[in-house]
Amino acid sequence: MTEKNLVTAIHDTLHDEMAADDRVVLIGQDVGARGGVFKVSEGFMAEFGEQRVIDAPLAESGIVGVAIGMALHGLLPVAEIEFADFIHPAFDQILSEASRMRYRTNGDWGCPMVIRAPCGGGIHGALYHSQSIEAFYAHIPGVKVVMPSTPADAAGLLHTAIADPDPVLFLEHKKCYRLIKGDVPDVPQPTPIGQADVKREGTDLTVVSYGYELHRCLDAAARLEQDEGIHAEVVDVRSLAPLDTETILVSVRKTARAMVVYEDNRTYGAGAEIAATIAERAMFDLDAPIVRIGGPDIPAMPFAGALEHYYMEPEPDHILVAMRDLAHF
Amino acid sequence: MSAQVTETAHGSLGLGVDDLLAMHRTMLTARLIDEAALRQNRMGRAPFVVPVSGHEGCQIGTAWPMRPGIDIWVPYYRDLGVVLVAGMTPEQIFLGLFSKASDPTSGGRQMPSHWSSRGLGIVSHSSPISTQVPHAAGIAYAMKYRNEDGVVASWFGEGATSEGDWHEGLNIASIHRLPVVFICENNEYAISVPQSKQMAVADVASRAEGYGIPGFVVDGNDVLACFRVMKEAHDRARAGEGPTLIECKTYRFLPHTSDDDDKSYRSREEVEERRHHDPIERFATYLVDGGITDRAALQTVHDEVKTQVESAIKAAWDAPDPDPATATRHVFAEDDP
Ligand SMILES: Cc1ncc(C[n+]2csc(CCOP(=O)(O)OP(=O)(O)O)c2C)c(N)n1
Ligand SMILES: [Mg+2]
Repeated sequence: MTEKNLVTAIHDTLHDEMAADDRVVLIGQDVGARGGVFKVSEGFMAEFGEQRVIDAPLAESGIVGVAIGMALHGLLPVAEIEFADFIHPAFDQILSEASRMRYRTNGDWGCPMVIRAPCGGGIHGALYHSQSIEAFYAHIPGVKVVMPSTPADAAGLLHTAIADPDPVLFLEHKKCYRLIKGDVPDVPQPTPIGQADVKREGTDLTVVSYGYELHRCLDAAARLEQDEGIHAEVVDVRSLAPLDTETILVSVRKTARAMVVYEDNRTYGAGAEIAATIAERAMFDLDAPIVRIGGPDIPAMPFAGALEHYYMEPEPDHILVAMRDLAHF
Repeated sequence: MSAQVTETAHGSLGLGVDDLLAMHRTMLTARLIDEAALRQNRMGRAPFVVPVSGHEGCQIGTAWPMRPGIDIWVPYYRDLGVVLVAGMTPEQIFLGLFSKASDPTSGGRQMPSHWSSRGLGIVSHSSPISTQVPHAAGIAYAMKYRNEDGVVASWFGEGATSEGDWHEGLNIASIHRLPVVFICENNEYAISVPQSKQMAVADVASRAEGYGIPGFVVDGNDVLACFRVMKEAHDRARAGEGPTLIECKTYRFLPHTSDDDDKSYRSREEVEERRHHDPIERFATYLVDGGITDRAALQTVHDEVKTQVESAIKAAWDAPDPDPATATRHVFAEDDP
């Protein structure tokens, strides 16, 4: 085990995957000499060469489209979208091409590829460097969407994503990059896609979350336990598609109280799917209505400190307060 | 840099008599499948047909230098002639037309003429125009990376050249000097929109200059001229000299699809005039005038192909439909049986 922050865990895992298999190639903007704007590929070009670490022109649809072609001809491309906010020109390539290559050929062709995209806010990124994009893509049959929140999960999920025979959108929350540290196994431990993880056990309520919000939930849960004796169980979704409904439902049936916390705009966000799943399948196990906390429905997120703070925390300690209210319902 | 290609004599092209006759037979097969498919449409047996008639010269000409088993084909919906050269059989074409379980392109999942066959090296494409162009670049990148001798060819219409993906694909392929040939089948219309409203230039090929690659305009109704310009582009790709953009000037004789009414946007006189430049008749005349074959032999070929198409229709029509229980399969690899 070695303690690392999240971005270092991603860098090291990607490095080891490239060293282990020369089918793995990286394509994206500034991934070469610059080593990526977040330094995920720092040193790669010198070590693996320009052929495997490809500085792409400014064309996101082209990057994903070319990666699809590579995947169709025996490579295992990892496409980097510099910021998730700029992935939208590639939406058609992901929706109409990568996601349904297997389905539309009745299983003849497949697209083993990973698209990495740094997402999320709270980092003074304003409207176009802060967005949560997971809901758009988790809605598409044929794409897997993951968002690890700890360095160990980032390493394990990236390892699994590269080995996966289908396209995986690998979302990295920028605020977690350097803030979140943790032990990472020195030998890669694959983290299965489609498996949630109980990050904190508890008996009084279930909090389902992912990304940076997960850490705020964990923090609130720790304070509530210490100060008020409320034991919250915190489930890290990790994989938005496919969603591990079983782990969520087992927890909810145990605690009889459910809350979903996500940073994305509240309406039609991933939390809506999770809340609907709980309502459909655990309604009679619940002692209280499901609580859903999402970001406000404004274009995420304004630049000025006070405005950005409003997006992330509209009321003081709003997550902790909601958890307390739910526990006492 | 875009140049005009005119020379047509086969002598300098390395094509033997067998090649010429096989090319002619393939062109005719595409035409007769087309006509039969439209009849099936009118009989209510084929909900959707994409005609090829008029494009046979440029399709068979540009497809012929490709090496099945080595090169990769990235076609678009109008490329019936291309996929016949790649090795698809008339029966397989009709299995697709009738969306049967054994349709090799998609098992009846896609609309007809959305070609694919991994075994034949034909890459699956979708309906959104031009999305396949970056795929061609990516496959060519993988070929170059793996030191393979392969070449990728991608076909599309002139309307497709307005899409962003078209530009992005050509740009990336050109930056890396990838072994790929881009072939535009310019039939002057994108459904109803004429070329004058699609672009401000006379030739798609002139766009090649913007990518730093060679571009050629060729008479798309002259199968041998198309062969020649493709053969040279294919050789350049294999020699590591990068992509070529080929523009074949041609014409579609029939409506855009079986759902289109082309009378609303082009006159019957125009269509009639263009039929005088039929690539199949032109090639037949070349073969007869050159003493390579005679009209009686060509009639025999016509009859043989017609019989083959008819038995393909019968076999395909009798094949089983897809089982509804399979509709949820193959979303992910783990769903594969
Ligand atoms: C992205 C997208 N926009 C619109 C359409 C509808 N559409 C189908 S074919 C076509 C015209 C294409 O023309 P061209 O590229 O010249 O090829 P042609 O059909 O003439 O061979 C259009 C507009 C589509 N399939 N995809
Ligand atoms: Mg056209």
